[in-house]
Amino acid sequence: MNAAIEAEGLKKSFSDHQALKGVDLSVPAGTVLGVLGPNGAGKTTTVRILATLARPDSGRAVVAGYDVLREPREVRRRIGLAGQYAAVDEQLTGRENLVLLGTLLRLGKQGARDRAVELLDRFELTEAADRLTRTYSGGMRRRLDLAACLVSSPPVVFLDEPTTGLDPSSRATLWRMIRDQVASGVTVLLTTQYLEEADVLADRIAVVDHGVVIAEGTPHELKRKVGTEWLEVTVAHSHDVGAALAVLAPMAATPPRETGDGRGVSVRLPDGMGAVATAATALEAARLEIAEFALRRPSLDDVFVHLTGRGNS
Amino acid sequence: MNGVLGDTTALIGRHLLHLRRMPTRILSVTLTPITMVLVLGYMLNKAISVQGGDYLDYMMAGVGAQVALACVGSIAIGTATSLRNGLVDRFRSLPTSRVAILVAHTVSDLGLAAIGISIASVVGVLLGWRPDTGALSIAAGFALLLLFTYVMLWFGVLLGLSIRSPEALGAFSGLVLVCGSFLSNAFVPLDDLPMWLRVLAEWNPISAVSSACRELWGGPASASTGSVVSEHPLATALVMLTVITAVTVPLSCRAYHTAEPR
Ligand SMILES: Nc1ncnc2c1ncn2[C@@H]1O[C@H](COP(=O)(O)OP(=O)(O)OP(=O)(O)O)[C@@H](O)[C@H]1O
Ligand SMILES: [Mg+2]
Repeated sequence: MNAAIEAEGLKKSFSDHQALKGVDLSVPAGTVLGVLGPNGAGKTTTVRILATLARPDSGRAVVAGYDVLREPREVRRRIGLAGQYAAVDEQLTGRENLVLLGTLLRLGKQGARDRAVELLDRFELTEAADRLTRTYSGGMRRRLDLAACLVSSPPVVFLDEPTTGLDPSSRATLWRMIRDQVASGVTVLLTTQYLEEADVLADRIAVVDHGVVIAEGTPHELKRKVGTEWLEVTVAHSHDVGAALAVLAPMAATPPRETGDGRGVSVRLPDGMGAVATAATALEAARLEIAEFALRRPSLDDVFVHLTGRGNS
Repeated sequence: MNGVLGDTTALIGRHLLHLRRMPTRILSVTLTPITMVLVLGYMLNKAISVQGGDYLDYMMAGVGAQVALACVGSIAIGTATSLRNGLVDRFRSLPTSRVAILVAHTVSDLGLAAIGISIASVVGVLLGWRPDTGALSIAAGFALLLLFTYVMLWFGVLLGLSIRSPEALGAFSGLVLVCGSFLSNAFVPLDDLPMWLRVLAEWNPISAVSSACRELWGGPASASTGSVVSEHPLATALVMLTVITAVTVPLSCRAYHTAEPR
């Protein structure tokens, strides 16, 4: 399949600080790439280069079939950008914001007005359409921002941390709206610090840290890098932990570990449901009171800690 | 080209909406010149004497030039702070001409300055200012002031893009206002200055513009020193403004092109 976004060896320095040390990315058309990384990893810098707002010191990038350095204008015709900080004009109403962009995108007077009505409706802003955006909540502002980058129905969309600072329910709303866009065939590159967000929205994830992509793959592949499932058993009384460790040790693939608050045991079992059943039976036979018995998969948080060697959030 | 014009119009529309939401901005450009006209033209009119006429007739040109100088600071700060907002990144990510963004900003502020100059002139007329050189010549004087304002606005844009920090810009624009107004013949004839300072002040573009305006409006002139500026203020002013524009506009556009948001 054709790549809608292709970057090779992007490097960029700010005075003495090297923000990007050679970023390679490839996003097939119609898919979502989540660029995941901690503060200062170089996410915004990458997005700004791909959106023709900054020039890389070296490397090349092709977006929607055009080179960002040689034909920035053609690229701009085909992209939508929602930057890290919601870019709405605070002194204009939501509708005026969208109509202005529509006019600048040459939709014509009536065309711009119709498009604004359509987008306001789609992003559930019709009621607030004629209020100054200064009075919008963070979630509404983000929705308007998202609407604003879709005015010209661009085939490629960049979203830089689209839900940072939103409460869980606004975040879920925004995720739903982004997914609707993706369903219509748009290629999306979104950056995020939230592992869950990348997991929910992205087809593939690129983990960046210190200006380089340190891992790339589907969420599933990345999780596999950290390892397979494990069993977590929590006993009701802390004095039973030792007994639980002893019961589980013979069937474990690697020696079981005590976890957290001193009542939990974590153990990696050989593959298959049989091993889980054996463990349950053995615990039952030992007459231990069990508070929780769960099979856990690695989360992207585990991936993150594993790859960067440090915790996030 | 048609497109650039359309973009500019749309963006000017945006500035007009801002003005409608914050009409107090008009005060920021009108209050100072009105005060200047009242203080200098009414309170000090008799205290300051100039050769060949009334002080009121002398200083009206200076007040107009000062409006232009006051625009420098406000557009510089406006440009710098707009870069902090993600909005500029959005505009720049559109296929829209980037020059249109700056043209719209400068043209809108020019409109504001025109309001300031008009109101100051009305106050001047109320105090007895009566230019009598004919409608064409009077209009030419105002046209020159607006041209000067527009050139100063681009200078302000460049200043804002190069300095970026609003605090530093605030201080610097105060300096531009004071030095521009008083290191020139805008309000005081240069006759009594020591020679070296006199030459410096005479070649200040503000002096050339003020002198040219006085010539067009029939106000009292500084005594000629025989230099090109004092003999042909209008021609010199036009040349100076052309040179300044040829430097500031391309530099501003380039700086705007590559400015990083901070
Ligand atoms: N205009 C600039 N001038 C100087 N340094 C910059 C500039 N922009 C970015 N940097 C530096 O480059 C590095 C990468 O920044 P970038 O904004 O791309 O990170 P990010 O991954 O988007 O971080 P965040 O999650 O905080 O938004 C940081 O160390 C930052 O300080
Ligand atoms: Mg960022």
